[in-house]
Amino acid sequence: MSDKPAKSASSSSSKDASIRYVNLYEADDKIYIRRITGFYQRLRRYTGIPLMLGFLLMPWLVIDGRPAMLFDLPERKFHVLWLTFWPQDAMYLAWLLVISAFLLFTVTVLVGRVWCGFTCPQTVWTQMFIWAEFVCEGDRNKRIKLDAQPWNFEKIWRKSAKQAIWIAISLVTSLTFIGYFTPIRELIVGFFTIDLGLATAFWVFFFLIATYMNAGFMREQFCKYICPYARFQAVMYDKDTLTVSYNPLRGEKRGPRKSGDDYKAQGMGDCIDCSWCVQVCPVDIDIRDGLQAECIDCGLCVDACNSVMDKMGYERGLISFTTEDAIHNGKTKVFRPRLLGYGLMLSIMMGLFVYSIATRVPVGVEAQRDRGVQMYRVAGDRIINVYTLKISNMDRQTHVYDVTIEGPHKFGIDGYRPIPVVEGEVLVVPVRVEVKKADLKKKKTEIRIRARARDNAEITAFHETTFIGP
Amino acid sequence: MSTFWSLWIIVLTVTNLVLLLWILFANRKRAVVGDENTEAKTTGHEYDGIEEYDNPLPRWWFFMFVLTFVFTVFYLAAYPGLGSWKGFLGWTSVGELRSHQKEAETLYADTYGAYAQMPIEELAKNTDAMKMGFRLFSNNCAICHGADGGGNPGFPNLTDHDWLYGGTPEKILETITHGRVAAMPAWVGVVGEEGIVQLAEYVLKLSGSEHDDVKAEAGAKLFSANCVVCHGADGKGNETVGAPNLTDDIWLYGGDPATIRQTIRDGRAGVMPAQGELLKQDRIHLLAAYVYSLSMNDSE
Repeated sequence: MSDKPAKSASSSSSKDASIRYVNLYEADDKIYIRRITGFYQRLRRYTGIPLMLGFLLMPWLVIDGRPAMLFDLPERKFHVLWLTFWPQDAMYLAWLLVISAFLLFTVTVLVGRVWCGFTCPQTVWTQMFIWAEFVCEGDRNKRIKLDAQPWNFEKIWRKSAKQAIWIAISLVTSLTFIGYFTPIRELIVGFFTIDLGLATAFWVFFFLIATYMNAGFMREQFCKYICPYARFQAVMYDKDTLTVSYNPLRGEKRGPRKSGDDYKAQGMGDCIDCSWCVQVCPVDIDIRDGLQAECIDCGLCVDACNSVMDKMGYERGLISFTTEDAIHNGKTKVFRPRLLGYGLMLSIMMGLFVYSIATRVPVGVEAQRDRGVQMYRVAGDRIINVYTLKISNMDRQTHVYDVTIEGPHKFGIDGYRPIPVVEGEVLVVPVRVEVKKADLKKKKTEIRIRARARDNAEITAFHETTFIGP
Repeated sequence: MSTFWSLWIIVLTVTNLVLLLWILFANRKRAVVGDENTEAKTTGHEYDGIEEYDNPLPRWWFFMFVLTFVFTVFYLAAYPGLGSWKGFLGWTSVGELRSHQKEAETLYADTYGAYAQMPIEELAKNTDAMKMGFRLFSNNCAICHGADGGGNPGFPNLTDHDWLYGGTPEKILETITHGRVAAMPAWVGVVGEEGIVQLAEYVLKLSGSEHDDVKAEAGAKLFSANCVVCHGADGKGNETVGAPNLTDDIWLYGGDPATIRQTIRDGRAGVMPAQGELLKQDRIHLLAAYVYSLSMNDSE
């Protein structure tokens, strides 16, 4: 067994090298990805480009006179499309994350790690960086040669051009990302006139570096060693999960052959061992070794193998998106309990989420009773309690709120005159709640202080509190 | 901290640091020797046929440890942390607090500064200023006077028009800044229990409440002998000493016969704490305007 890195060992030796010694202390070899075209690569383009455009354009959109997507941290208000969320709405965010996780699980059960290969930002950005690499330095062989040759004018300008494109992409990314947290128009103007706050400048720079490092150098290392999804996706797989697989029944025994030979007579399979599937792999694995944790289901090896099969005049699909059952038993089940379970959970949660968002009431009421030397006040035949009332207008327009008291007796209110509360404001005002001494039965009575928008009775909320008497 | 404990901490800290350094370097040496053949070196632990390599710490990890040591030494030299050593940067938590306070002051100077120039009468009509005033009141005054300024037994109602020391903006400002100390002496030693009952009936009569005419008659004499100095011949009170007007039906401690008798018998000592020591002048200015506005609201 060699103590060289596994990749060089496993790709050259045959598949019986079932145990690999991975030396974690050695630097990984640089991966030179061969460029390939094909169905899945077009598919990746069509999933990646809309996502990129969405990411780039979203902060520029304006809805109701404010950015469509703005996470206003200093104000602690989160403007998302037509809604504005307050910190007390954090439950929605939590549920959104749970739903996203379940969506990911469901998709994983059905089609494996297509999220990783097609839509994950790490992959999409890496793809752009690889594109820049290809444009500036050429394909795999040219790049290997370029790296091997001594520094000369050509190497310098090709490398600088690549770095320039990388940094440009990183800068656009970082400015756009920060644009989700601070109004993007001011941000862009501020950036180009060197007039950013220290904190903003730091974060722009931080995400520039982060993008550059991640997509430029970390690449598949992120998927292998850092990404938590890669750690647990395997437990969601079953025999009927679509995933990129090599068909060993058809491919083995692999090996080079002369064209025109009757390779089947020699006991050979369809795999000609050209290693293209390894050369195109962005995580540098050999799919012929079977299902691996590193595989991100991007389909590059499928396209590579198909193009080789076409050249050889063999049938396509030696490597393909298929299921374990389909390879070994020839048939596969789509609807299975696991998938149905996930699907059911997902639809229930999504339904409840949409319902709760749709019925969210954009007003918050809080009341705190005075806790002074004496908790109540006596005025003639009446008992008075004083409350500090807080009305949060979480709507996107000004409302005037009427305050009423709900309780077992006839409670009156004194000291609250309806005042317009502008959008996003929290009105703090004292209110005097009074009741006839004779009516009050107990020392402590449960009451509700309710605020209702004058122009829309549905915008209402209450706070439960107690009324103290003698 | 006594010298002994200071030394104790210094010795403990330094010994621990040295020990940790020794552990780090001692282990590194042993591992480096076997570096050539990592596979052969195992710790001897085995579980289900899985053996544990005895590999050296990765170099970057090792240097992270060294860096933390360098940082520790710098930190303990620069900041207080080693016994009673003050640190060469001269940092103290009190100094930190002071600088934050100064920062906050400059931050709030803009907010309060503009209002500090406005006369109180005008400020009382400014909605934004009064919102700030309400917050100040909630934080500093509401615990005694109530969130609405309506008062409590022993703590005056600020929303009516009855003022013990005067309700002009200047007087309110003075009351908040310097506080007030009110003293109603105990009269039981002077007039006796019988006199207290008679005085109470007279005070009830002054305010137009139910009373015993005969006892009030006797009480009137006691009143003119003992009480007029502060409360005046007509019982209308005196703002210079904060003596309450007894002819209205507003009571600081309660207007029922028992409470009035208690007030006369044992006296009362009311204290409004001076805020000048606690709050900045610009905040007191805003507070005075808010308190002034409370009685204005009522008259509307």
